[in-house]
Amino acid sequence: MRDVRADFPILSRRTNGHRMVYLDSAATSQKPRQVIDATSDYYLGSNANVHRASYDLAVRSTDAYEAARGRLAAFVGAPDPQGVIFVRGTTEGINLVASSLGRLRLRPGDTIVVTAMEHHSNLIPWQLAAQTHGARIVMVELTADGRLDLDAFRRALERQPRIVAFTHVSNALGTINPVADLTRLAHDAGADVVVDGAQAVPHMAVNVAALGCDVYCFSGHKMLGPMGIGAVVGTPALLDAMPPYQGGGEMINVVQDATATYAALPHKFEAGTPNVVGAVGLTAAIDYLEALGMDAVAAHERELTRYALERMADVEGVTIYGPLEGRVGVISFNLADIHPHDLATILDHEGVAIRAGHHCAQPLMRRLDVSATARVSFYLYNTSEDVDVLVAALEKSRALFGYARA
Amino acid sequence: MPEGGDHALEELFQEIILDHYRRPRNKGALDSRTRRVGLTNPSCGDELELDLRLDGETIAEVRFSGRGCSISQASASMMTQLIKGKTVQEARALAARFNEMMHGSAEAARDQALGEARALAGVAKFPVRVKCALLGWNALEEGVKPAP
Repeated sequence: MRDVRADFPILSRRTNGHRMVYLDSAATSQKPRQVIDATSDYYLGSNANVHRASYDLAVRSTDAYEAARGRLAAFVGAPDPQGVIFVRGTTEGINLVASSLGRLRLRPGDTIVVTAMEHHSNLIPWQLAAQTHGARIVMVELTADGRLDLDAFRRALERQPRIVAFTHVSNALGTINPVADLTRLAHDAGADVVVDGAQAVPHMAVNVAALGCDVYCFSGHKMLGPMGIGAVVGTPALLDAMPPYQGGGEMINVVQDATATYAALPHKFEAGTPNVVGAVGLTAAIDYLEALGMDAVAAHERELTRYALERMADVEGVTIYGPLEGRVGVISFNLADIHPHDLATILDHEGVAIRAGHHCAQPLMRRLDVSATARVSFYLYNTSEDVDVLVAALEKSRALFGYARA
Repeated sequence: MPEGGDHALEELFQEIILDHYRRPRNKGALDSRTRRVGLTNPSCGDELELDLRLDGETIAEVRFSGRGCSISQASASMMTQLIKGKTVQEARALAARFNEMMHGSAEAARDQALGEARALAGVAKFPVRVKCALLGWNALEEGVKPAP
């Protein structure tokens, strides 16, 4: 893959007198100039509200918005753009699905299966739905090295869940789940399958048709796009059967005093003025990623992750969580008795931006028997030199906490 | 944004702070407690429970449990040493003083009354960490509120 750093102006920023090394892309990615320009160009030349007006500017804006839908559908292998619903991000997407699919499917006593590696955004919406409908949550446990326990998954399916929800890639461990296999098993048990793709779509080629799941949610801001745009990609037949999530403009057909009929897909789920500039920026992000090639992006990160795991393992006192194989460039770890927040403070001082905390995965932290971990996460703009700076900063942290150099 | 190069870091993680982190004083539950306050910091997951035994207006005994970063643990440990045997009013005054120090008051940082806790003055240069240092003190202020 070509060196892309020059496309990301923010990466030349300095932090505390050091070159900034940004290792928090699992939280949000930085944006290339191409995406920033596309959003700015939209406001400079195309801004109007969509779908309602007949003047030229509104047509331009509507065309850009609907073109983005088609572009996104193709990027993730969705056969039909009607099944692409624009939302604020993965969190809003899963809330939409949990609320709407929950109303369609859940009855008292029903089961929803989730896993112990879910981000809170793929857990709390299901807890809320379970409370509303008198359903219960069954959480599938993990293996010691942080992969989904497939036997436990099969046992959970024996409860004949209505809905099975799991993440494609763990935001805390980097584990890649075998989505197609899990989906087949869940479908055989009669469940609808909802997948959180927030950490997958930015980092690997994803084809939702091949995965076979019913609904797949992801965010634009983790894949070089703007904040506040993401998508629910679902089977049109299922989305058609699901009741609306939010009511308002855009999502209606005919409105009476006390009732209304709803617009066809995808607009049924897009009440109110959508984030058009977000969709335009996301299109630019997809253009950028496709020009590089998702396989090249994945290969770059795989090589970087291999190098990082190797270098970090050489730092005395480092504990790395999660599997060594079948993972993306998200590495959770701890260093001796240095609390992750202290580590993050020291690393920040060296210009290295990492995340410390529970990573919105408290059930997982409990199972790892830690209150928090430090987490580094890579993207296409990170280099092996970034890893070297990280490792030097880890050694410095050890020295500050009174550990001798190994 | 922290300033002062490595010196600021060395001040933040100086020996006495690491010592309180690694060998916290008055750690564990207090069976004879009259008050218990539990505080968490949801953004980072730090947890702290403060047990107090009030004898009239006097803090006769104090212990804390929980887990968290060096700053939150050392600060709570130092605080228990400071407030044990003090009256509620004196403890509140110390909490106010400590708060001033966390907001950069050089005068508070020189106040002998804060004892070893003055070692935490450097936290003021790391604004995102101030809440860590205040966790124990906030629990104290909660714990000495008049009973409803």
